[in-house]
Amino acid sequence: MSRHRTMRAGTAGVAAASLFALTACGGGGDGASAWILTGGGWPAIEEDLERFEEAHDVEIDVEALENDAYKQQIRTAVGSGDAPTLIMSWTGGALLEYVEEDRVVPLDGETGDLESRVHESVWQNGVVDGSVYAVPLNDVQPVVLYYNQEVLDEHGLDLPETWSDVEDIIDTLDGVDDVDAFSLAGGSIWPAFMWLAYLTDRHGGEGAFQAVVEGEDGAWDNESIIWALETMQELGENGFIGNYNAVTADQNEDAQLLADGRAAFLLQGSWVYATINQDFPEFADSGNFGFTEFPVLEDGAGDPSNIVGNPANFWSISADASEEEQEVARTYLSEHLYNDETVDQMLDNGSLPPLNDIEDRFAGAEAEDFLTFANELAANANHFQLSWDQAISPSEEQAFGDALAEILQGSSTPQDFVDTMNAQ
Amino acid sequence: MTATASTDTAVRDTGAGKRRQGPTFLMALPAVLFFGFFALIPLGGVLVISFMEWNILGTPSWVGLDNWDTVINDRPFTWRALTLTLLFVVGSYLFQAPIALMLGVFMAGQQRYRAFLSVLYFLPLLFSSVAVGLTFQSLFSPYYGMSAALPFDWLPNDWLTNSDIVMYVMIFVVGWCFIPFHALLYQAGVRQIPADMYEAATIDGAGRIRQFFSITLPQLRYTIITSSTLMLVGSLTYFDLIFVLTGGQPANAVRILPLDMYITGFSANNLGHASVIAVILVAIGLTMSLALNKLSGSSKMESDKAGA
Repeated sequence: MSRHRTMRAGTAGVAAASLFALTACGGGGDGASAWILTGGGWPAIEEDLERFEEAHDVEIDVEALENDAYKQQIRTAVGSGDAPTLIMSWTGGALLEYVEEDRVVPLDGETGDLESRVHESVWQNGVVDGSVYAVPLNDVQPVVLYYNQEVLDEHGLDLPETWSDVEDIIDTLDGVDDVDAFSLAGGSIWPAFMWLAYLTDRHGGEGAFQAVVEGEDGAWDNESIIWALETMQELGENGFIGNYNAVTADQNEDAQLLADGRAAFLLQGSWVYATINQDFPEFADSGNFGFTEFPVLEDGAGDPSNIVGNPANFWSISADASEEEQEVARTYLSEHLYNDETVDQMLDNGSLPPLNDIEDRFAGAEAEDFLTFANELAANANHFQLSWDQAISPSEEQAFGDALAEILQGSSTPQDFVDTMNAQ
Repeated sequence: MTATASTDTAVRDTGAGKRRQGPTFLMALPAVLFFGFFALIPLGGVLVISFMEWNILGTPSWVGLDNWDTVINDRPFTWRALTLTLLFVVGSYLFQAPIALMLGVFMAGQQRYRAFLSVLYFLPLLFSSVAVGLTFQSLFSPYYGMSAALPFDWLPNDWLTNSDIVMYVMIFVVGWCFIPFHALLYQAGVRQIPADMYEAATIDGAGRIRQFFSITLPQLRYTIITSSTLMLVGSLTYFDLIFVLTGGQPANAVRILPLDMYITGFSANNLGHASVIAVILVAIGLTMSLALNKLSGSSKMESDKAGA
């Protein structure tokens, strides 16, 4: 049995071997360590950690993992006491479990002036039972609707403000070859969570999903969730791009379809703004790349200002790390996080740090338009819904993804979905 | 010393003694230790965990036979995964064995361009399966892959998500990776067949097809057994490429047992159920290898070199 230690994307496969070997790989050792993700704004975080290493003459071993591989490996690492010193999470169900199992240390009073600098609503995500266990590390990530102006012009379309506008757009594009309304990486499934979350929220408000998070019996059997699933199946027939189930987000195919004008819109996280600028600069600079908010459902009960996304990614400190490693991590959090240089770099990437009065620093940033848009979206939101896959308990996440995949593939009905999820 | 040595020889010569021959057990010790440490002990651990409830983060707790009961009786997907595994194993064998045999025989010959072509055939063996997976993922991409690039309208463009074809796509890609290895085994096997057998057959008037079936194939029987065992047990526990290419979706079409085990354990965080699946997998694998060994009579294997 070969035992790879590399943590790169895809080698997650090898982790199967650890089911036999029962030892988690990586982590531990000398010096502090941190695992981050690849793509989006993460390279800026890596550079920030490197600058900290130099400035403080300490060592932080940084590993960058692909999203899915990270989620699977971090849990094994934390569970086996081999976690990196700095544990990244999206808060939600995973952070709750870390705290319940005493795998992360409380950070009360150890985060410098961070609490006074960060938006209260974002900060609260890292608080469990009145204690701070995680602090935000990057940008607010609302899910927004990107569009390709060239496609809209060509077919005489306007930006959709209401759901019936969306239906008109779908009807118009129905007769057009090679252009569909919405690009969707259905093969990766998680981009479809965003549709489900927005549609449910517009139809029934934030309460519908809140009941699920609070573990109410049978909470999935909710008319808004069922309506959202039905609507997604209708969009699957007409609305989403033809082969949406075969499109994946790993290599940004969904963004490429928008850039290539194969789709008019793309519902994705704010990090895709950076992706499009990096990977499809021609489209980004053409003046056709735009962004807007999710349309209003005319007679829906949801507040149209509600948004879905991730308040940020968060750092926690591993309780299994040595005292020295924890000290390095605490210094990083209290003295270095969101320093001026890194904040400027984030702003240039179009990433919006969740800091108070951040709008004073937009002027002149390359991504000024997008930052202003995202900032208003986040600031005016009546409710900021954490991505569903993060909000639910980690042990339900796989079943949730599988059940939604069956909805997308048309092999099950919304009622099947609801029954499956209620049984979890 | 001399006396001992001569006694040894005497015993061996009469064939009556039961004393061990060959290298001492000490020389096998590293291998035995390695096997014990990395295979047997973890296997025991998996067996123990299969009786526990454990979400990786928390403390495992004893639940007796509950996991086994659930996985076998209350989890329809277990049987689905078993069926898929069977389909994958049989499909892979039917695809790989004939092609590997023919390639191996071809590469052992003296044809023109043989060396050059052999190098091409061997290439897949050198690539890491993750790299192969990502490359095929791009090739199978609906809008930017080969279906979009080629002018054939009949090509499907949902290779990896159409539950009717994805299993065959997997069998093809996995076969593409492993055929070179088995062809290499066959090439070595064919090279060992004495040339005089073919000369005699030619004098007797046997054509090439007749020579293949009457000389090559029978002479390769042990190679065929070895290669078949590796193929069958290998595809039973195969994981990497399918995981990289599909991530287990669509679940009803491609989530074979090893993948199901990984997803249950590390995505759904249910190590108890995953361990039950792992034990089932080990049981099937062991049974299969033992059965193959018995059926093929490999315990009676003899040298088949000319003159032996």
